[in-house]
Amino acid sequence: MLRFILMRLMKAAVILIAILTLNFFLIHAAPGDPAAVLAGEAGAADAQFIEQLRQRFGLDKPLLTQLGIYLGGVLQLDLGYSYRQQMPVADLIFARLPATLLLTLTAFVIALVLGTLAGVLASARVGKWSDTVISTLALLFYATPLFWVALMAVLVFSVFLNWLPGFGYETVGANYTGFRRALDIAQHLILPATTLGLFFMAVYMRMTRASMLEVSRLDFVKTARAKGLRPGIIQRRHIFRNAMLPVVTLAGLQAGQLVGGAVLTETVFAWPGIGRLMFEALTQRDYNLLLGVFFVSAAMVLLFNLITDILYRVVDPRIRVVS
Amino acid sequence: MAITEPVLSIENLTIALPEGADRAFAVDDVSLQLFAGEILCIVGESGSGKSMSANAMMGLLPDLVRPVNGRIVFGAVDLLDKTEAELMDLRGRKLAMIFQEPMSALNPLMRVEDQIAEVFEAHRLLTPKERAARAVELLTEVGIPDPAKAAKAYPFQLSGGQRQRVMIAMALALEPEILIADEPTTALDVTTQAQILELIRDLQQKRGMAVMFITHDFGVVAEIADRVAVMQFGKIVETGTADAVLDDPQHAYTRKLIAAIPRLVAGQAPTRKEKPPVLEVENLFKTYRTGGGLFSKPRVVEAVKDVSLQLAEGETLGIVGESGSGKSSVGRCLVRLMEPDRGTVRLAGQDMAHLKGEHLRAVRGSIQMIFQDPYASLNPRAKIGRIIAEGPMAHGVSRREAYKRAARLLELVGLDVSAADRYPHEFSGGQRQRVGIARALALEPRVIIADEAVSALDVSIQAQVLDLLADLKERLDLALIFITHDLRVAAQICDRIAVMHQGEIVETGPAHDIFNRPQNAYTRTLIDAIPGREKELAAAG
Repeated sequence: MLRFILMRLMKAAVILIAILTLNFFLIHAAPGDPAAVLAGEAGAADAQFIEQLRQRFGLDKPLLTQLGIYLGGVLQLDLGYSYRQQMPVADLIFARLPATLLLTLTAFVIALVLGTLAGVLASARVGKWSDTVISTLALLFYATPLFWVALMAVLVFSVFLNWLPGFGYETVGANYTGFRRALDIAQHLILPATTLGLFFMAVYMRMTRASMLEVSRLDFVKTARAKGLRPGIIQRRHIFRNAMLPVVTLAGLQAGQLVGGAVLTETVFAWPGIGRLMFEALTQRDYNLLLGVFFVSAAMVLLFNLITDILYRVVDPRIRVVS
Repeated sequence: MAITEPVLSIENLTIALPEGADRAFAVDDVSLQLFAGEILCIVGESGSGKSMSANAMMGLLPDLVRPVNGRIVFGAVDLLDKTEAELMDLRGRKLAMIFQEPMSALNPLMRVEDQIAEVFEAHRLLTPKERAARAVELLTEVGIPDPAKAAKAYPFQLSGGQRQRVMIAMALALEPEILIADEPTTALDVTTQAQILELIRDLQQKRGMAVMFITHDFGVVAEIADRVAVMQFGKIVETGTADAVLDDPQHAYTRKLIAAIPRLVAGQAPTRKEKPPVLEVENLFKTYRTGGGLFSKPRVVEAVKDVSLQLAEGETLGIVGESGSGKSSVGRCLVRLMEPDRGTVRLAGQDMAHLKGEHLRAVRGSIQMIFQDPYASLNPRAKIGRIIAEGPMAHGVSRREAYKRAARLLELVGLDVSAADRYPHEFSGGQRQRVGIARALALEPRVIIADEAVSALDVSIQAQVLDLLADLKERLDLALIFITHDLRVAAQICDRIAVMHQGEIVETGPAHDIFNRPQNAYTRTLIDAIPGREKELAAAG
């Protein structure tokens, strides 16, 4: 197992460097010179000032040299400097990362747990009214635009009922500490995390339901019945475990996209996360910051792929033993 | 058999199929008795209702399929009256069952010992530790090599035969009174089949169990049955002792089934003069590499190792072997569905082993293939006419001419011309295989490769398709390579036979010689394992 993880980490490193290099060239191939934009906004777009800016940020060097400097920095976790925000990119990202991870991971767990449960329930009652209700609700959440659900949630639970805070990460100016602060953040988290989670829940629900039904028709389930096992045990031990294999794959794919996947939710709920940071960097042509966000999300995708593969080896002996 | 009281009796059982099925009853007024210490074979073709009867005994009928009349009496009570909870208590303890597919009948994510231990757990017997110990004992009893290791294994780490042994160990764990075996050897190679049949026979005698053995294969019946019940369309048409039914069948259907079994006596080699070879294969190699990546090694399987063979005009050559012997890989290399690693494949003098693009397409028409699965090998969205005409059209024949040819071919293979306007799902397995043959003939090939072309068919249909192939071969002067695991089929249709084992041809010769004077030890094992062979030899005198 350790060997496997080491191998995969080495592969991941190679892929990351390839992604960084590709992103680097793609961004520099796009028209527009950040020095010119900066100078223009400063109201001093003369050639000399632009040249000064270029020298200051190393933009006058050949592209390959720039790439070398950048990659060298990344190795030391230095993601460069944001010209726009006048701060190191790494600081910017790491300031926002916890909020995004908190939101997306909570939403992810909600989606996975509720979705799987609903799927199991629906599959056990296939064709009955409870199956129809679960399936329809799940589809409804999936089909409705995320921002609309988010706005309605704010309207109902925050504005009308005044149960929960409708925006932000914590109560501004309250200066809570310790447990009180954690509780405050949790309250702020409920609406955005549930909204985002409900959207993804539908996919897990449908996948689990279909997979459970498919597995329950397989021969070994009949073998289990022929042993005289109780339906509950057959459901849990034989059907559920096998049915979870495709769900794990899907979860792995989706978990990797968590970092970049919450732009809409973060915007509606004014959640100070990476999604919004990326959006700002994009509109402001903040190259280093964009590259940094891409780097972090690529690293996340690779990390979650690795976690999925490890998980897969834990649940499926065929993969574990063969390799 | 002095015992007169049956352990189980089925009385006037009728099982209804859901509305819209092709007939109203899967099982129609069936009565049967099963005695302790006997093996009762239920024989029939697909759809005869034999498996449904067995499932009804276990209370494992599919949803929507339900018994509407009759009784299944076991221990003085009617099983059909039992609640699900009461049936659960009987399953595994009094009645046990093994299935056809050892590959899929075990949970792939659970260790073998846990799956066996579950039987005890289901009936709240023994402690977990004792269960594990019993699992190893049972595995020893069913003859698995290294039982302690097998207990810790996952199903995919065992061979098909070993998995079926695990299934048997599981079924016998609580010493049931009745074992129901639903085609337990159909998916196995012939040598493995012989071992499993012997094992079931042994255990049954040791324990005095009653066995209900469901099969479509009269060879298996001859090997194992004490009594036989023959089923057709949900009814029992004949019952009797195995000898009586096999030697002197009374019902017309039984006679037809037995007559349809390919005989093992291969005809004398035809004495016609030597014809020139149309296909010459020399030193063919094919190795599969799977997996492997940047840092890991691929898995390497040498599927075809130095295979050479010749096929004369108008000749039928059989390539026989067990699963994994490389016979299908040879076939695929010959029609160039796959490129061989090394070697030559000369078709009428031209080496096509490594042709590409236009050149390959030009010779493709001369060598065509008939596939095993008549369901999967025809495009379900295309009408039969198009399926047959597509090949010629791709080779430049006009649409009109191609469809005309398709109509002629349909007649040639014994189908109505109107079939051209219908879809594959409207036809039975045997009819579809005729379409497959027509498609192969559409390009007027010189060589046809039939890869297990009759293996998926019931024995009576199989006989018809074999007759058709033999007839077409004569009329069109085709050369045929017949790839099969079934030595009976090979004996019936082939002039010469090549026996493959682990990627190599171990013996080649006229069919008559191979069956009567096999030279190679492996060939002898293979022939000895054919079910029903001893009986047939005895009958032939």
